[in-house]
Amino acid sequence: MDLSIFQYHFMQNAILAGLLGGITCSVVGVFVVTMHLSFIGVCIAHAAFAGALLGLWLGFNPLIGALLFSLASAAIIGPVADRGELNPDTSIGIVFSLMLGLAFLFMGLMQGARTEALNLFWGSILTVTQQDLIFLAAITGVIVGLVVVFYKEIQAVICHREVALAVGIPATIVFYGLLFSTGVTITASLQSIGGLLIYCLILNPAAAAYQLTYSLKRMLLIAVAFGVISCWAGLAASYLLAIPSGAAIVITSAIIFGLATAFSPKRKVKRWQQVPLAG
Amino acid sequence: MDNTVISIQDAVVSYREDVALQGVSLEVKSGEFIGIIGPNGAGKTTLLTVINGLGKLVHGQAWVLGSRLNGRNSINLRKRIGYVAQVENIDPRLPINVRETVMVGCYGRLGLFRRPTRAQWQTVDEVLEMVGMAHLSRRPIGHLSGGEYQRAAIARALVQQPEIFLLDEPTASIDKKAQREILSLIQLIHKEYHTTTLFVTHDLRTLPSICQRLILMKDGKIWQQGSPESMLREEVLSQLYGAPVPVPAEITSLQT
Repeated sequence: MDLSIFQYHFMQNAILAGLLGGITCSVVGVFVVTMHLSFIGVCIAHAAFAGALLGLWLGFNPLIGALLFSLASAAIIGPVADRGELNPDTSIGIVFSLMLGLAFLFMGLMQGARTEALNLFWGSILTVTQQDLIFLAAITGVIVGLVVVFYKEIQAVICHREVALAVGIPATIVFYGLLFSTGVTITASLQSIGGLLIYCLILNPAAAAYQLTYSLKRMLLIAVAFGVISCWAGLAASYLLAIPSGAAIVITSAIIFGLATAFSPKRKVKRWQQVPLAG
Repeated sequence: MDNTVISIQDAVVSYREDVALQGVSLEVKSGEFIGIIGPNGAGKTTLLTVINGLGKLVHGQAWVLGSRLNGRNSINLRKRIGYVAQVENIDPRLPINVRETVMVGCYGRLGLFRRPTRAQWQTVDEVLEMVGMAHLSRRPIGHLSGGEYQRAAIARALVQQPEIFLLDEPTASIDKKAQREILSLIQLIHKEYHTTTLFVTHDLRTLPSICQRLILMKDGKIWQQGSPESMLREEVLSQLYGAPVPVPAEITSLQT
């Protein structure tokens, strides 16, 4: 096999982006999957995409637009999901469709070629710049650092939010911190993975890890491994089969999820629960 | 010396247009074991949430453990209050085991930036032993039966070293044998630690026999209160529930 491709700077950047994006997306994915808030993540991803397109249309840095829109959507969706004034599915669906509508509106209002906008749509890991990598590395460092420092609070909130609140943990702040972390992660990975595909990289590795372990620490490590493997295997498939890299990454992560589900020891949980437990 | 640990005056709580508590006043002394009964929607759970600062007063005042609840200090007060709710529906795949769940009780007092010590893990193991759950300590929390889950919840509240114990329908949705075991455990804990305890139930058959005072709630108000002997009468209970209610045989021990 010809491995000379790895000598090129763009490929080294892509491998590094896959490593960083795989780590950070999988870590926040563990939060949303464990909290059963997958649809919130989809909504934030599309908000980031709409914000980035607004930046492109008005001529400011798309990442700033993505960051503002994703944080704003997290700030709107969080209370809506919490207070139960509306069915969360309905209200999040409305915000989601609004963001998608805005994204297409901004794209429609753009003048000239829309290559850059389409890159945000599908991602372009092979054209990631040094600046994108530095931003992604910084966000990965911050997210991993926060998880290490606040592990016990995060564990309490994602597994037992009501209990966390009752024992005096600042559960609401931690919850919004997790939603904002999702927004920031999506923003940082937008350039390489793309607005439509980013969410799959958040959901699939974490959902696959969720099938395989009852330990949160192990789940984080497995999800990170799956996320990075998805990115690197997707890149390899993209090179070998001449297919779009973003799509290859997402399909790889979906295959990993399928395999994890098929071989999950948790498939037997329901059957086991029908048998009286010891003690 | 005044040993009042909870003092609520004219509390009003509303959820949008529904008034859940209407002018409730209550004094609780240190070490008391109080039963709170009443039909569904009477405001029993809301009263507990006022005490742990999760229920927002629209009128009135509440002092708990010497501090007036003002929204800013409630998070610190909650670290000193153990709360056990009724069995909840838990995802069987949740990535946390019984031992880790019980340790969550320590996290509030432990504070940010600090990790559980070996001594705290040892305390968790000792409390699990006490509630008869040591053999299930490594089991995923979602794999427990209702009774086992409640034992774990009580263990979690105990490792918090609470000064007040709030028990909100802890025996609801579990079978009779498990109900009896949980009630025995609660009574054993009270005899051992003398923690001020408020026990909410709508099911008269699950009232612990060590109740010293009974509060009867109806329509968001304290309708009557007094000793179990004076409250557990057919005419009183029938008026409370709005239907004929014979005194269940299970609670006759409260009247003697």
